[in-house]
Amino acid sequence: MYSEKVMDHFAHPRNVGEIENANAVGEVGNAKCGDIMKIYMDIEDNVIKDVKFKTFGCGAAIATSSMATEMVKGKTVDEALKLTNKAVMEALDGLPPEKIHCSVLAEEAIASAIKDYKQRNGELAADEPTGCTGCCSSCHLHDEENQ
Amino acid sequence: MNNVYMDNNATTCMTKEVVDAMMPYFIDTFGNASSKFYGIGRNAEQALYKMRESVAKSLNAAKVNEIYFTGSGCEADNWAIKGAALANRSKGNHIITSKIEHHAVLNTCEYLEKHGFEVTYLDVDEYGIVDPAAVEAAICDNTVLISIMTANNEIGTIEPIAEIAKIAKAHKVIFHTDAVQAIGHMKIDLQELGVDMLSLSAHKFHGPKGVGMLYIRNGVRIDNLIHGGGQERGKRAATENLAGIAGLAKALELAVENLDENVAAMIKKRDKLIKGIRDNIPYVRLNGPEDERRLCNNANFSFKYVEGESILMMLDMNGICASSGSACASGSLDPSHVLLAIGLPHEIAHGSLRLSIGEDTTDEEIDYVIKTLPPIISRLRDMSPLYEEVLKGEKNNVQ
Repeated sequence: MYSEKVMDHFAHPRNVGEIENANAVGEVGNAKCGDIMKIYMDIEDNVIKDVKFKTFGCGAAIATSSMATEMVKGKTVDEALKLTNKAVMEALDGLPPEKIHCSVLAEEAIASAIKDYKQRNGELAADEPTGCTGCCSSCHLHDEENQ
Repeated sequence: MNNVYMDNNATTCMTKEVVDAMMPYFIDTFGNASSKFYGIGRNAEQALYKMRESVAKSLNAAKVNEIYFTGSGCEADNWAIKGAALANRSKGNHIITSKIEHHAVLNTCEYLEKHGFEVTYLDVDEYGIVDPAAVEAAICDNTVLISIMTANNEIGTIEPIAEIAKIAKAHKVIFHTDAVQAIGHMKIDLQELGVDMLSLSAHKFHGPKGVGMLYIRNGVRIDNLIHGGGQERGKRAATENLAGIAGLAKALELAVENLDENVAAMIKKRDKLIKGIRDNIPYVRLNGPEDERRLCNNANFSFKYVEGESILMMLDMNGICASSGSACASGSLDPSHVLLAIGLPHEIAHGSLRLSIGEDTTDEEIDYVIKTLPPIISRLRDMSPLYEEVLKGEKNNVQ
């Protein structure tokens, strides 16, 4: 059901862990839905020097977290904000239709960490909401749209 | 180790004896049991009678003609419920079942709701037990059917079927039980149990897939589900799957013959597995009863802070076959209805793992699972933001 790339990123996830004193932290999803992604970033001069993740979720959730962190590492925050769930999926050679929401969650997790960075720097209002509404069906809506 | 099969509640491996019992009906005795005017057909008809007789004997049915063969356990459940509901529509439109039934029962009941029936889905306790008093309290003047499973497929709960059968009888309501998981794992004596209908499926006890049975006690009237020819005494059309039925009858005969011995051996292995996992993994709970009300071959755990599909994938990489009630594993938004019905919050239900052993499971295989699972859970927890919070909480508590 999963591509070899997904299996590789699940079995050998890249960038697992936390960054102490990270200056950008984002968390999306919720335990009720069965997936949570937490992204830590070390950003210097608008460049993502280091990125780590922790994920509670299925194989696809772990693989998309791993791939998305690989894809934004070394990029500027503006480049990273352009990361789409579709790009993550393509990099993984596709996902089963019912797992597309995992790639949406990965995109939102990256965006949420960068928003946190911008809020800390006063570039964004503190009350600006992050990508995840906490409502699972909003992610699963993407599954249907993408099918 | 390769292919350590711990998913016997899903299906079982056929035994050679069962395959041998089926072989004559593919080539030698290939005739249609309804074609009685030549030898090959008559031989098939006679063989079919013997198989029916053997099944009736294995289950201690009062009469051979109370045994009806079907294409699956799912069909038997559908037939029992739709058939009884429709045949008794003039008497009432109320059905009683439980929240932890198999989807073959639940989705059939939901279908009937769309066609004017009312269904009571009874709650269960934290172990998955249906309270007979709740069944009795739910019976109304218009109740025509009660359907409660003999044993649960996910958490192994054995229900008080004989007691519920007495209540149903006293209120003159038809009682059906889905015994698909029970056969081969506990004693089933139809005359002792007192149920009106019982479903089973051959592939759960080392028989072939695609063949099941519905027991219908004489005197219980139900409508047909499959219309066509006059097979199964006009109750279930379709040319009989003679080879499949031969496999079912043989597998049942073997299951009953060695039942006590098999059950005792499986309980020993199951308990070793449960103890080994509890001793080696923290934050784990056993779902389902911990006494004689648990199926001999079922163990179901929830590992907090991790998700079930990830556990299955890592077990698979280590050659272990298992299943989970997480939403991802079931391909839906919600985790297993059974785990939610016993009161588990969603996040705990997502981390469930079912390990179901067989007669052929070895001690070495149990040891291998006990050795392989703890590092998998700990690896996934190290990746989990939920566990990170727990560890920080623990640290704070210590300080």
